[in-house]
Amino acid sequence: MLTKKQLFTRGMLDISPHMLSVIPFGIICGAIGVELGFDPYLVYAMSFIIFGGASQIVFLQLLSGGASSLVAVASVGIINSRHLLYGAVLSEYLEKLSFIKKLLISYVVVDQGFAESNKFFKKNRNEEFLHYHLIGTGCTMWVCWQIATLSGIVLGSFVPEELGLKFAIPLTFIAIVVQDLKKLDHVIVMITCGLSSLLFFDAPFKSYIIISPIIALFVAALLLRLKK
Amino acid sequence: MTLTAIIFAGILTYFTRMTMIALISRDMLGDKIKAVLEYVPSAVFPAIIFPGIFINDFGTFIEMNDPKIFGALVAVIVGYFSKNIIATISAGLVSYWFLIFVVFN
Repeated sequence: MLTKKQLFTRGMLDISPHMLSVIPFGIICGAIGVELGFDPYLVYAMSFIIFGGASQIVFLQLLSGGASSLVAVASVGIINSRHLLYGAVLSEYLEKLSFIKKLLISYVVVDQGFAESNKFFKKNRNEEFLHYHLIGTGCTMWVCWQIATLSGIVLGSFVPEELGLKFAIPLTFIAIVVQDLKKLDHVIVMITCGLSSLLFFDAPFKSYIIISPIIALFVAALLLRLKK
Repeated sequence: MTLTAIIFAGILTYFTRMTMIALISRDMLGDKIKAVLEYVPSAVFPAIIFPGIFINDFGTFIEMNDPKIFGALVAVIVGYFSKNIIATISAGLVSYWFLIFVVFN
């Protein structure tokens, strides 16, 4: 049985390699906000209040492009609706927690944290304080995101644009799913999602980000039925 | 006014995170749904990966000889064999930089 501290540290260690892409991306996010002409305090407030990577950039780009606040808010909601799926997966492991703890832990659920904690949970179902791993991944992400966006806001885009560091984001997610390429069913689900995301890329409110997972999950359900 | 919008966006985002964790109990999800949920990472992350590679900042498709495609392929191969996150990201970035700064320069 691992202690709370050990699990927390394990979570920190499991997510830290992703900071290689998260930190440059955070700097870019902060710098873009200021470049678009927004109050630096507001740009930072987003990292604290929304705490949602790409959705923060989309929000500011829409507003500066003349979209109404309603459209910007709706887009953030739709982009981040993928968390509903993460929550559905995690709920199984967090069931024993009190309602208040569930409310608190929810704030730090992010893509990479979900991915790494979910991998850990699957292998260590019987640990008593499993949720400390999720707190470890989430808090690491939170601290790095605050520091990175803040540095982007204060120092501007000191990460040269020519480096194309936004490309590190797809790479970080490749690192997350690449081992599942060994399984044919997962490959089919991934290709379905990827192609759908390109097909529906122009759908309103960036809804491709939730439409394609739903299509891919339907395909997954079909595959499960075929397997039987 | 922007702050109000940010707060609403934040509340909405928090609800997407909290709803399923706090309001759903294990009994509400059947075995079949749980089996499908096993596929969530494979069903969600390609929606971030594919547009990040194949669609540029202006929302249009890239050319088939774009360095990003090569960088992504290198990342997949290195990731598959190394099982190492840092190696995967670095390999993708370095091969991408090699093409844009050395080969296509």
